[in-house]
Amino acid sequence: MKRRLPLIIVMLTGIGMIIQYFIPHPVSKAIYKQSIDWVIIISAFYLVLGVGGIFIINYQKIKRRKEGWWLSIITLSALIITALIGIFGGIDNKSVFMDIFMYIQLPMQAAMFSLLAFYIASAAFRSFRARTPEATVLLITATIVMLGRVPIGSLIYRGLPGITEWILSTVSLAAQRGILLGVGLGSIATSMKIILGIERSYLGGGE
Amino acid sequence: MSTNIWIWIAALLTLAIYSFLYKDNIVYKIAEYLLVGVSIGYSIAITWYNVVIAKMVVPIRDQHNFLIIIPILIGMFMFARFSKKHGWLSKIPISFVIGWGAGVAIPLQFETSIVEHVKNTIAIPWFGGNILLLVNAIIIFIGVIATLIYFYFSTPHKGVIGKVANLGIWYIMIAFGASFGYTVMARISLFIDRAQFLLHDWLGLIH
Repeated sequence: MKRRLPLIIVMLTGIGMIIQYFIPHPVSKAIYKQSIDWVIIISAFYLVLGVGGIFIINYQKIKRRKEGWWLSIITLSALIITALIGIFGGIDNKSVFMDIFMYIQLPMQAAMFSLLAFYIASAAFRSFRARTPEATVLLITATIVMLGRVPIGSLIYRGLPGITEWILSTVSLAAQRGILLGVGLGSIATSMKIILGIERSYLGGGE
Repeated sequence: MSTNIWIWIAALLTLAIYSFLYKDNIVYKIAEYLLVGVSIGYSIAITWYNVVIAKMVVPIRDQHNFLIIIPILIGMFMFARFSKKHGWLSKIPISFVIGWGAGVAIPLQFETSIVEHVKNTIAIPWFGGNILLLVNAIIIFIGVIATLIYFYFSTPHKGVIGKVANLGIWYIMIAFGASFGYTVMARISLFIDRAQFLLHDWLGLIH
């Protein structure tokens, strides 16, 4: 029962969702729409569990005065204050909650991602050595695409943006399409294995 | 220079993140922990309005759709993981979501990742199209086949198969180079946006 019930649920919901896809009837579409809401509602409980976990970990860190415990106070305070301002103050465009998002979260996220530009460049400098013909092709393509997408590229050679577009829309597209076909076949095979109960890793190791 | 307090907060937090370029320091750590807290707080408030209110409270209270109680109960089984005796019940919501995802993925992946890609690959404009389009379509066709053969490990990569697989490596290398160049430029764009914010919105040095 403990082991079989989850497998039965997976099989029934999986087969049910495959069947509904091939039935172009309003009832089938309504079931699909309702099922999306169900999944969103169930997923919300994952968030509750995740936030609970973060609270417990940070609380333990503060309680035991572990290294950097005061940083956990910042995380928990920011979490509580942002959530409360959002829940009680509203989330419309002119709310304080949106100001927090626009002027605290967004700039920090953008800065964090742009930091990668420096590290990617330094990593490329160290690893992009034209040791083999294949690595040389990779290096040349990356250089062309980088230069072709900035104004200086067309100043160096007028046709560079055109070459970049051609690489992206032809050669690169062909390889990406091949990879995506493989990914598609792989995900279909994995989904089939899950529905048929062959793949059970999502149930965890123990009972 | 800006007199808006939010602009100042955003600017100082951006600089705090960039301080990591010098070395891992306490100012960066504070910004990092703050970002984690604010991001989770943001998710909580958004989930509160978009899921709890919109998908749970409103359907039950205003539309008397009591079917919504079922996913709420299923979701609540997540908390059973805190009980040693009834912990297995937490696998029910996981099974529902996994089964649903697998069932939805099979026909969707088949249509978007396989049928569409195959259709676009074999749609070579033999008639009516200009010669350049025809050449590009043939390059794409050969590239997709070569990439797929490179990832086909059921036959040893020898003879003709080996040669085609080798061609696939060249295509893949060009695609990786293009992706790398594209990613670097995307990060550089983010950095330019942040620099523009600091120099224009905050300091007012550029117009």
